[in-house]
Amino acid sequence: MSAETLTAQPKPRALVVKDNLKNLAFVLPAVIIFSVFYVYPFFEIFRLSLQSWDGISPTSSWVGLANFTELMRDKIWWSSMWHAAYITLIALTFQNALAFALALACDREIRMQRFYRVVFFLPPVLSEVVVGMIWQWILNSDVQGGQPIGVLNYWLTQMGLPQLVHHWLSDPQTALTCIAVVHCWKGFGWGFIMLLAGLQTIDHQLYEAAKVDGANSWHTFRHVTLPMMVPVISVVMILTILGSMQVFILIKAMVSQGLGYHTEVPVTRILLSMQESGRFGYACAMGVTFGVFLIGLSLASKLLSGKTKQ
Amino acid sequence: MKKILIGLGLCAAVGVFLLTSSGCGKRQEDLNTITVWHWMTDRNKALEELASKYEQQTGIKIKIDLFAPSESYTQKVVSSAQSKVLPDIYGILDKKEVFAAFIKSGFIADITADFKANNNEWENQFFPKALDVNRFTEGNVYGVKAGIYGVPLDVTTIEMLYNVKLLKKAGIKAPPQNFSEFLEAIHALKRVGVSGLVSGWGELWMIDSFASNYAFNIMGEEKVMATYRGEVPYTDPDWIKVLDVFKQLVDNGALIEGVVTKPNKYAEQDFALERAAFAFNGSWCVNVYNDMNPNLEYGVMLPPLANSNLPMKIWGGAGSSFVVNNTSPRKDKAIAFLKWLSAKDQQAYLAKATKNLPANREALAEIPEVLSAFASSMDQVTHPTVWSLNENPVVSEAFLKGIQSILIGEKTPQQIAQNVQQVKQEQLAKKKK
Repeated sequence: MSAETLTAQPKPRALVVKDNLKNLAFVLPAVIIFSVFYVYPFFEIFRLSLQSWDGISPTSSWVGLANFTELMRDKIWWSSMWHAAYITLIALTFQNALAFALALACDREIRMQRFYRVVFFLPPVLSEVVVGMIWQWILNSDVQGGQPIGVLNYWLTQMGLPQLVHHWLSDPQTALTCIAVVHCWKGFGWGFIMLLAGLQTIDHQLYEAAKVDGANSWHTFRHVTLPMMVPVISVVMILTILGSMQVFILIKAMVSQGLGYHTEVPVTRILLSMQESGRFGYACAMGVTFGVFLIGLSLASKLLSGKTKQ
Repeated sequence: MKKILIGLGLCAAVGVFLLTSSGCGKRQEDLNTITVWHWMTDRNKALEELASKYEQQTGIKIKIDLFAPSESYTQKVVSSAQSKVLPDIYGILDKKEVFAAFIKSGFIADITADFKANNNEWENQFFPKALDVNRFTEGNVYGVKAGIYGVPLDVTTIEMLYNVKLLKKAGIKAPPQNFSEFLEAIHALKRVGVSGLVSGWGELWMIDSFASNYAFNIMGEEKVMATYRGEVPYTDPDWIKVLDVFKQLVDNGALIEGVVTKPNKYAEQDFALERAAFAFNGSWCVNVYNDMNPNLEYGVMLPPLANSNLPMKIWGGAGSSFVVNNTSPRKDKAIAFLKWLSAKDQQAYLAKATKNLPANREALAEIPEVLSAFASSMDQVTHPTVWSLNENPVVSEAFLKGIQSILIGEKTPQQIAQNVQQVKQEQLAKKKK
């Protein structure tokens, strides 16, 4: 076979067009759906963020960047961002560490492995409202006839620890942390399933090779498991950030509109601007800013995990 | 090439299917079916029964669609208005300015002529205060043409309730009339281990209602309106007194634990299960308490006076109203149905079945006994929807969130007053611009 026959011949133009059309036919439905339901609403929200609109009237007035400048000075908005960041921070550390530890445990040959997998995945399938109401009942600080009604306070009293009885959800010092812990309880199952799936894709030969080289459990984890899991951990982290920053149903179910501004998060601020104040333009400006912030955070997280992998 | 054409053909077919099935094509209008959207879970069954009765009488089908809770319902109505797919009959659960925006956008029919026909025959059936919520007077601040735009279904009043048994246990012979008597009662209740007041103050509108009761009682309506116009600052001593009512409740341990994060549903449960001696709640509670604890013995009272020189005004008026979609091809039939629904017999049936006060005063004679006490306060009733103007929502939020800060012991009335006044000035400056 001569070298000339091995060299790739350029395709005729008609064939290239045909190939492109073929590809387009496959991609087109997805592009249309994505454009109609994602791209168009985003641009519409951006357009509205530059207007003053009450959400009902057929007309709105152009205000340019006024909504964004007001937002930059809105202290309550930035404190709500901090509250969401606090919940996210707890979720990133506590929730993901728990998910990883449980995934590592379930990846081994243990008894009732399937049972644990089901149990750990139960909280995420429950409705957030239901979870919020259950925990509201557990953390309830009401008293009847001198006895606490809330499950946690009741058991603290029964165990001889009445000094630990607390108004968990109506004290600004503990309310947000309680919400963050419940959020972690509800969310760790997703991380658990993804991390467990990731662990099961690691080639066992790598572990055997490490064993032959005399690596102990810690070294195997540090130099085999962890590097191999970086892509999965990165996805879990991004999903945790996106999910935790947007938490709000749990807050509504657990503390309603209460506690001043102590349990405000960006989504509750957006809702309040839309529903209570009728400031759709301002709410859209919040939405756009928050969206850009989340995209930036996800990109930063992706870059960080890329560097860690290297 | 054939495969490509088949692929593109399939895409086109899917597109056409999606467009036609999602309602882009003109639908056949059913002129004999009227759709009603509402949020009242407790009244759904009774409404469905009345709808079926109406169909038997007239042949017009009434489709009752329930969307609950009320927050979701409000969202649905607003988004349906934005996409112009509102039903024939629906209710507005929002502030008067939102009601006005719906009217100005052409989503609500002016039904004044129907109310005024035959010497105001239909209008005269209602409590005037119930109709006021749906009425826009000449020269109103919203710029809406004067007229009546909604039909009240029932009326509510928001008052204080007391548990007869718990008051007796604490040795309290009569319900307190003024604020100092109320605080004395709280101390007596505390001595026998009973919690004082419960209310759904995790919901801002419940705090708003309680605070405006005292604002009207302490300074009168005119001064409250002057504050909204920006002529009286929130740092005025009278406003400090209003905020101080909440501070005194906290300082005297008058509130049940966790009141600040309690939605009204949980507060109703607390009172029904006798965990608190007093409740601040609306007349709809009669139905709720009956379901939770049919043996509950309770009475109705006005919030205790903080100032004996001015009357106590409570929130009330039309509890729920229906409006007619102005663009509906079945507008006349929808109005006819609402006329039938608000007539004496149907109103008496609704009051009996749902334990709510009827909007039709002719049906009042047939209401359950326990509702009479609520009905007797109709003269004291006021509501933001009938005021000449409402506070800017951003200022209102600062005020109500500020009260929550007082309730959790974080800030003083003076600090909140200063903060609210600052927000007020910012909003006034913005308006001037």
